[in-house]
Amino acid sequence: MTIHDPRTRHGDASDGAMDQVGGRLSRVDGPAKMTGAAKYAVEQQLDGLTYGVLVESTIASGKVRSIDISAAEAAPGVLKVLTPDTIMSLRTASDWFGTPPPDKPYCPLARDITFSGQHVAAIIAETFEQAVAAAAMVKVSYDETPAITDLSDGKAGDGIPIDAMTKEWGDAQGAFAAAPVRICGAYNTPREYQAPMEPHGLIARWEGDKLTVWEPSQWLDGMARTYAEWFGVPFENVRLVSPYIGGGFGSKALALGHGAVAAAAAKMLGRPVRVVMTRPQTFTGYGGRAATRQTVTIGADTNGIIQSIVHRGVNETSIDGMWVEPLGVVTSIMYATPNFSSKQNVVRVNSVVPGAMRAPGENPSAFGIESAIDELSYEVGIDPLEIRLRNYAEQDPEAKKAWSTRQLREAFAAGAERFGWARRTPEPRSMRDGNQLIGWGVAAGTYPVRRAYGEAVVRILADGSVEVESSSIDMGQGTYTILAQTAAETVGVPADDVVVKLGDSRFPRAGVAGGSRLAGVMTGAVYKAATSALDQLIGLAISDPRSPFHTLQANTLVVANGRIGSPRGDGPDLSIAELLASVGRDHIEATGDTMPANSTAEDRYKNYTTIATSVPHTEGDYSRHSWCAHFIEVRVDEDFGTVRVSRVVSALDSGRLYNPKLAESQWKGGIIMGIGQALLEEGIVDRRHGRIVNNNLGDYLVPTNADIPDIDVISVGIPDLHSSVLGGKGVGELAIVGVAPAIANAVFHATGKRIRDLPITLEKLI
Amino acid sequence: MRDFSYVRADTLDAARQASALPGAMLLAGGTTLVDLAKCGVAEPDSLVDITHLKGLDAIKVDGNGAMIGALAKMSHVADHADIKSRFPAVSEALWQAASAQLRNMATIGGNLMQRTRCPYFRDPANFPACNKRSPGSGCSAIGGVTRGHAVLGTSDACIATYPGDLATALVAFDAVVHLGERQIAVDDFFLMPGATPDREHAIEPGEMITAISIPASASARRSTYLKIRDRQSYEFAAASAAVGIDFEDDGRTIRDLRVALGGVATKPWRAHAVEAALKGKVLDEDSVRAASLLAVEGAVDHGANHYKIELAPRVVARAILKTGAMA
Repeated sequence: MTIHDPRTRHGDASDGAMDQVGGRLSRVDGPAKMTGAAKYAVEQQLDGLTYGVLVESTIASGKVRSIDISAAEAAPGVLKVLTPDTIMSLRTASDWFGTPPPDKPYCPLARDITFSGQHVAAIIAETFEQAVAAAAMVKVSYDETPAITDLSDGKAGDGIPIDAMTKEWGDAQGAFAAAPVRICGAYNTPREYQAPMEPHGLIARWEGDKLTVWEPSQWLDGMARTYAEWFGVPFENVRLVSPYIGGGFGSKALALGHGAVAAAAAKMLGRPVRVVMTRPQTFTGYGGRAATRQTVTIGADTNGIIQSIVHRGVNETSIDGMWVEPLGVVTSIMYATPNFSSKQNVVRVNSVVPGAMRAPGENPSAFGIESAIDELSYEVGIDPLEIRLRNYAEQDPEAKKAWSTRQLREAFAAGAERFGWARRTPEPRSMRDGNQLIGWGVAAGTYPVRRAYGEAVVRILADGSVEVESSSIDMGQGTYTILAQTAAETVGVPADDVVVKLGDSRFPRAGVAGGSRLAGVMTGAVYKAATSALDQLIGLAISDPRSPFHTLQANTLVVANGRIGSPRGDGPDLSIAELLASVGRDHIEATGDTMPANSTAEDRYKNYTTIATSVPHTEGDYSRHSWCAHFIEVRVDEDFGTVRVSRVVSALDSGRLYNPKLAESQWKGGIIMGIGQALLEEGIVDRRHGRIVNNNLGDYLVPTNADIPDIDVISVGIPDLHSSVLGGKGVGELAIVGVAPAIANAVFHATGKRIRDLPITLEKLI
Repeated sequence: MRDFSYVRADTLDAARQASALPGAMLLAGGTTLVDLAKCGVAEPDSLVDITHLKGLDAIKVDGNGAMIGALAKMSHVADHADIKSRFPAVSEALWQAASAQLRNMATIGGNLMQRTRCPYFRDPANFPACNKRSPGSGCSAIGGVTRGHAVLGTSDACIATYPGDLATALVAFDAVVHLGERQIAVDDFFLMPGATPDREHAIEPGEMITAISIPASASARRSTYLKIRDRQSYEFAAASAAVGIDFEDDGRTIRDLRVALGGVATKPWRAHAVEAALKGKVLDEDSVRAASLLAVEGAVDHGANHYKIELAPRVVARAILKTGAMA
């Protein structure tokens, strides 16, 4: 119960003054980052800091026969040379579902080599330069065995069926065979890498049996759990500090091998250790997006109405790890179909275990189905936008539940209008400007609303300012800013008077900043904590005998712009600071969380340190997703085959936007990443060595500003209270989904060539 | 730890003497050298810093041509008004090279000395075999990932692509490298890999690039640099062409033509055959496209780089047509 009118539930997706939820407040962390004042995790200056450098395998498969460390040990400044034989023993930690681990030791340095670039040894030295030099002196000899280098390797085989990925209804094969129009395409995506600006790294320091880790992290509590389990210390003994993160895109959610090495070295040495990956190591020290293969077959009638979809997918995983990139997740919900079948295998190859990268699953899945329906549109001679509307799914075809909200029709309409889609000529190669063939393509995208729990503390301080604390993080998406807006609006103070503290696992806990869930989770938690704090403040003002409001006999009071007064404006009018002074309080504090009532301590631990308790997006009566439609113009030089994106209009439904300015930036970031995926990005494997050869940002190309046109984004969302406390749906991952197929579809419209293998590089078009 | 000495040269002679010592390397902008040192490719025993030498950064342009000091920054040359008007291909090649930050640091002399982007050359720890790095050790690129490798001027010992843009324009316009008193044509300064790909330049220990001169010509004045690449900026050429044309007084008949290719060869590649085929001819699209095919005469691909053989003539043709259409 509250004793004031909640303000935050109202308003549409674009409402709000600057200081309120929905306002276009600029990033509050922006000036610190622009001026260099923002101190990132590994920039901490610690007394006695030492430096670790990793030595990596130069073969992709085999065994370490011996490691000669004599020269390295004797090198100047070297404090420790760690090998599988000399590193302290760690325990295996549970996975991110919290599955109890096997009772066996964990060694982050490998004896059995399963990929090129695996950590096999580490040097700890007084200086970074000394460690680099000594690392080059470590001589590893191997017994090499043949590697399976990638999905195309003849030794790769068909892989392992993942039964949990199977989805079937109706008679997909029969309906396909009977359909008058049938199309079938094979769609491939390569290994792609998150390539964050800030490479992975950490500083680990032990004080007795207490470990502090300064490390960029999308999930402090999850990583703290892993460190605690590796070293057999209580969870509470591990403190993660991650005030700013220079880009994660899924890659910084889990504690990784290099972290184990650094923390073990720090324990063994009794001194803090810093390990920062080199850029090449960021291609093998953890996984990017798995390479995928899909076949999509669609049976339709001559009006383009889908009768059947049969989908088969394969993604690569590592020799000893399991990563499933769910390839049927968009296939099964984007279009209405009475008959459906999707199955998936994973194939083991000699690579690092792939990992999460912006919209894992949805992204490659959409490349398949959104390319395939485009192919169907040409097959039946129906406009690519029209065929999407004809097959519009009025409910979730898979879950057979109503959508919570699905503004996809509105997205198609708004995007088409802004883009001028009606002026498109249908024939491929029918639009041209000199040597440039012009193509217009459309594709849809979606991302599920993943929900979890968070908690926050809100304090109203003696000076009237408000402090918010949470162990959640801001990797650039705007957590600092939207939580300030939430607290400001809820309490009734200017956002300038709110200080948000994030990125320290000693703060109230939060789950992973992944799956586009954090904003919805944390605005809810802060809203609850701030509401509770405001209740306390008003309660004090009304009931404390020392309060000037005590004699007013009011039922409630109004707090706005940092001042407290009666609803009618009669009676006293005090600043919050004056009120707190009058009642002799130096602060008010309230903790709020979004956990179910009666949650136990164990429930809470599980909720914040694993993803096992994430609420399914189809829980209850509704199916919850964000939606988008991308309209993209490309120019393809007919001599050179170069594809340049010249125009993007995207209309997106992320529900209510907590801060439209920041949401638009995230959408644009996703679209830019999608342009890179479509045209540039590919980890290229030397099959003789099983090694990624373009493991640097000079050779693994991500877009530059010159590659990106103006991007026009339109919000078509409406508040969705089935999805979050304040009505928002996921933002961060949505916009990349569907960009690559929209570009591939535009390239087909421009050239008449259907490219089903990403990236769409020039040699595929000349 | 690998120690090396650092010397700041006060005079040209001191720089030459210091750089003649075994293991010595000249340090100017450092954009290539520091990068290669980080890769473990460059392991100098001593660095001779020449950035404080006076008078080596001048850019002089007159009726005879341009004289560009070795320490002139790429960005200064690119933005020089007379270079832009009299040698537009040179300015455009520089603008399209590297990034703004690198162009502000890198010098013209250093630019000529930049090394290949062959990933096998740049990763000694994983690919010990590289004839360019360790003569006789073999070539890791042949049979490997070759999308960026050369199709012209290759040998059994090396297929690494010369990566630069500037030198492609220089070789088209008969520029000369000044090594103090000694002068050598840019085309002769860059060596074919042959059996000795470790030897990339006709420069001896103790010699130092002091300037580059480009003779004035009508074809240089009417010139362009066309660079085709996967990414719009900060990316090496998939194929590029420097082209200059001088027409007879009728404005249609080609009196002089200069064509050089980048991104496809082991050195900056002058396409004499294309020039010869079109000189004296009236410029028209069909004959230009036909003649441009001669640009890749003798080209040999290694699989993934086959597209360069298709692409390069198209880039040449477009550059010639674009230059021909210039006002």
